Amino acid sequence: MNLYQLDHLQYLETEAIHILREVAGEFERPALLFSGGKDSICLLRLAEKAFRPADIPLPLLNVETGHEFPELIQFRDRRARELGARLIVRTVEAAIADGLAHPVPGEISRNKLQIPVLLGAIEEFQFDCAIGGARRDEEKARAKERFFSFRDRFGQWDPKAQRPEIWHLYNARVNPGENMRVFPLSNWTEMDVWQYIQREQLAVPSIYFSHEREVVRRHNQWVPVPPPPAGNGAADPYHGARPQPGEPVQKLVCRVRTIGDMISTGMIESPADSVEDIIAEVAAARVTERGNRADDKCSEAAMEDRKKAGYF
Amino acid sequence: METASLSASIDNASLQDAALRSPIELLRFNTCGSVDDGKSTLIGRLLYDSKSLMEDQLAALEKSVDLTGGGQINLANLTDGLRAEREQGITIDVAYRYFATRKRKFIIADTPGHVQYTRNMVTGASTANLSIVLVDARQGVSEQTRRHTFIAALLGIPHLVIAINKMDLVDWSEARYAEIRREVEGFLPKLNAFRDVKFIPLSALGGDNVVELSPRMPWYPGTALLAHLESVHIASDWNLGTLRFPVQWVNRPNNPADPQLHDFRGLSGQIVSGVVRPGQPVVVLPGGIKTSIKEIWTYDGPRAEAFCPQSVTLCLEHDLDVSRGDMIVGAENLPGLGTELQARICWMGQRPLHPGRKYLLKHGTQTVLAVAARIEGRYNMQSFDLVADAAELKMNDIGVVQLQTARPVAYDGYATNRATGSFILIEQGTNLTVGAGMLFPPTEAAKPEYTDFAI
Repeated sequence: MNLYQLDHLQYLETEAIHILREVAGEFERPALLFSGGKDSICLLRLAEKAFRPADIPLPLLNVETGHEFPELIQFRDRRARELGARLIVRTVEAAIADGLAHPVPGEISRNKLQIPVLLGAIEEFQFDCAIGGARRDEEKARAKERFFSFRDRFGQWDPKAQRPEIWHLYNARVNPGENMRVFPLSNWTEMDVWQYIQREQLAVPSIYFSHEREVVRRHNQWVPVPPPPAGNGAADPYHGARPQPGEPVQKLVCRVRTIGDMISTGMIESPADSVEDIIAEVAAARVTERGNRADDKCSEAAMEDRKKAGYF
Repeated sequence: METASLSASIDNASLQDAALRSPIELLRFNTCGSVDDGKSTLIGRLLYDSKSLMEDQLAALEKSVDLTGGGQINLANLTDGLRAEREQGITIDVAYRYFATRKRKFIIADTPGHVQYTRNMVTGASTANLSIVLVDARQGVSEQTRRHTFIAALLGIPHLVIAINKMDLVDWSEARYAEIRREVEGFLPKLNAFRDVKFIPLSALGGDNVVELSPRMPWYPGTALLAHLESVHIASDWNLGTLRFPVQWVNRPNNPADPQLHDFRGLSGQIVSGVVRPGQPVVVLPGGIKTSIKEIWTYDGPRAEAFCPQSVTLCLEHDLDVSRGDMIVGAENLPGLGTELQARICWMGQRPLHPGRKYLLKHGTQTVLAVAARIEGRYNMQSFDLVADAAELKMNDIGVVQLQTARPVAYDGYATNRATGSFILIEQGTNLTVGAGMLFPPTEAAKPEYTDFAI
């Protein structure tokens, strides 16, 4: 490569920085969805690169299902503190209590319940834009999404009526009540994310690395055993998700490849305990990243349906 | 097609090696052709034969075989992601796919061939280095072939591949290949575009000449499609001519801990063409004030030089009033500056463009009101001629339009600068993107204001 040429990571980086600055330039009240997962960790570094030495001009927003890996929450809070960023957390738990979200009887996963909570937070803070770390290589429905993905006043995505996105000219205009989801990592792959983490020497939550954990085998996946009940008389958020008779608890040397929450994430058996090891593992992988996600497996159009309803 | 018969030609070890090797180049390409020309099958084949498909994706494919009962794996199912598409058997939107080989990383935009979806091809091709236009060997050059080649030419795509597909259905005939090639070569000179054009006979269904050269077409002297994608020269696709830097965001730290940053005033943006260095004389448009670059600030430290398409923050020698929408340009070669613009416009709106209608025009980082003053004509996509006296531009029409803007716009001709020579039109109220514009070169350059600033 010659002197005036970027490699693929530098290209993806400058593309993402350009998009973040377009958001800052075009929107009144943008927010950045930060879960503490690997994609949003990259987003935060890109935000630093886009906006330093000034303050990052957007708050961080996270929707908790209540089933999170504790390591993830700790990491999220620490990172927000380090950056001096404002972190807004809204929970499915509170939304259920307020009557904003209604669990389907018998359904333990709160994945879909994140939708009304996210939409509620957008309305509460009058956000006109939410930046997310979703990537097009994750899933077929994502592959069709724009960088600037328009949502109507009900938060809905209409895949058939997307605004054409030409050159790098992003149409960021929304009317009051409508909003935009913006995905600066659209063109990144799982491998790009890990190579960027390596190049930028970014810290990631410890659960991405190999560790020993109690798991059960369920629906062909290694499902983590939830932490013990609080024992203070409160309802057990993991009721129904705990090891059942016939599900022996085993110790497994494993890690997460993608993080949903403790109910929707399958652990993968892995000795990888460094970013270099993970990159080698991703390179050799023969299943996709979301192959371990229970939330995508319900039907071939699971993601499409959730996105139409307002999922990010 | 049985999975067992799909040949795998890249071993896992080489892929691991490729993935671990960084940096590598990135090539963006799009595929276009008529419905049923086999675009999605070709992409499926590239992904499958380069081992970029995963087991669960294959399992999902096999599951869909059972459901539909056809007994054959449909590679098109890989890219047709939405339920509506699978039901109707068409691709309704641009789908993006990613794969890597030892030599390069690739971003594919799968752009549909339906007549009414030309806007999607413009979308997918606008960021491409290379376009693959598929031709069905049985049908030969169609209306869509001419239309898609014309659009690729208008968009200034540097590299073109004419992929003559379904060669298995014409008995691998060299004569048929030569016939189609002659017909395309017959109209290419009129388009006066493309740095290089490559003709490749292939069968996407069987994988012939896609990843590996096929023994069924020994008469074909060239390389397989993938080898061409891996080797086509793209290093000079970036515009390293004159500096153009649309200001995206003014960077002013609020109460910085570092006292040196108290007076920091940076202009953040992406270099869309050229190279920038400290000390370089520049002009800020539309104001026309001359100054010079004091510092190139980045998160990773100051730079002695930065170039297209890097994102940086520029500090100027003089404290000028610069804001989003302004453009910093190299003083040695100024763009045009004016309110009278002429452009080729691809219309994408449901409601046609009529003279007298007003739109928002987004050019670089600036959005201004514009009125479509006059339609000079509309292109005939088959003859490529501009036909005068068009009263309107309907969806998927491409025409030449005179526009007047409410504020002056600093711009270059699209042929010399794809970034400062392009714009989109937005319909007010609905906020829909209704047009993509490619500007004709300005008749004269901007004139900088006289200032006391000595450079």
